[in-house]
Amino acid sequence: MKTTPRSLLRLTALCLAVLAAPASWALDAGAPAPDLNLPGLKDAVTLAQMKGKVVYVDFWASWCGPCKQSFPFMNELQSKYGAQGLTVLAVNLDAKRADADKFLGEVPAQFTVAFDATGDSAKRFDVKGMPSSYVIGRDGKVAAVHKGFREQDRKDIESRIVETLGTP
Amino acid sequence: MSTAHDQPLVAGSTPPTTRRALSRLGLALIAAAAGLGGCAMSPPQPWEKGNLALPEMTMGGDALDQRFIQHIYGSKEAASGGYGVGGGGCGCN
Repeated sequence: MKTTPRSLLRLTALCLAVLAAPASWALDAGAPAPDLNLPGLKDAVTLAQMKGKVVYVDFWASWCGPCKQSFPFMNELQSKYGAQGLTVLAVNLDAKRADADKFLGEVPAQFTVAFDATGDSAKRFDVKGMPSSYVIGRDGKVAAVHKGFREQDRKDIESRIVETLGTP
Repeated sequence: MSTAHDQPLVAGSTPPTTRRALSRLGLALIAAAAGLGGCAMSPPQPWEKGNLALPEMTMGGDALDQRFIQHIYGSKEAASGGYGVGGGGCGCN
């Protein structure tokens, strides 16, 4: 029975490498926003076509309660800041499109809606909770990340948007 | 840890040091495979929790069913209380 320190060290290194592999990097403020190319209600929706605008990207699903709460807020944002160059883009992550359509029938959305049943866009945006929202500046970089939605979050999100609209 | 034989099974085939190294490599490979197996089950992503968010997935999803379970529990175990329903364990309430 012989266990040399070197073989143990090699084994430890191997185990660490295996464990560390699936970790991904978080999408934080300041990082360039990944592009989106998804089917919308009528035409395809891409982030590239919104270049030069401030985009509020929100990831939602029909089964998520706080998402439902956030819809009137996003309607408000679109009508209040749309003229100043804000686009609200809500990306649906329902596995079944029918669920999303039913939700949209109940809760009116006066902003751009896109559909991603695969969840691939959420993976690239590193969504950590539902809903998650990202304020993307005119330069195409992430200005703010917000996880979840509660009524008291309105003020904070709105101030971040106003701030981003003010920066060229 | 190491199960290397100091005596080669077949005399003159491979030197004992090589055999030891080979067995160590085998052990390391088994450990790596076990480690990879642990990665096969990944938790659902935040956007994949549609089914988990259904009302029947919660502990008290169905009120009537919950009440029935509490009733049986209180009757059989003489352990009622704390749920708003009284019981004596006689099976009669």
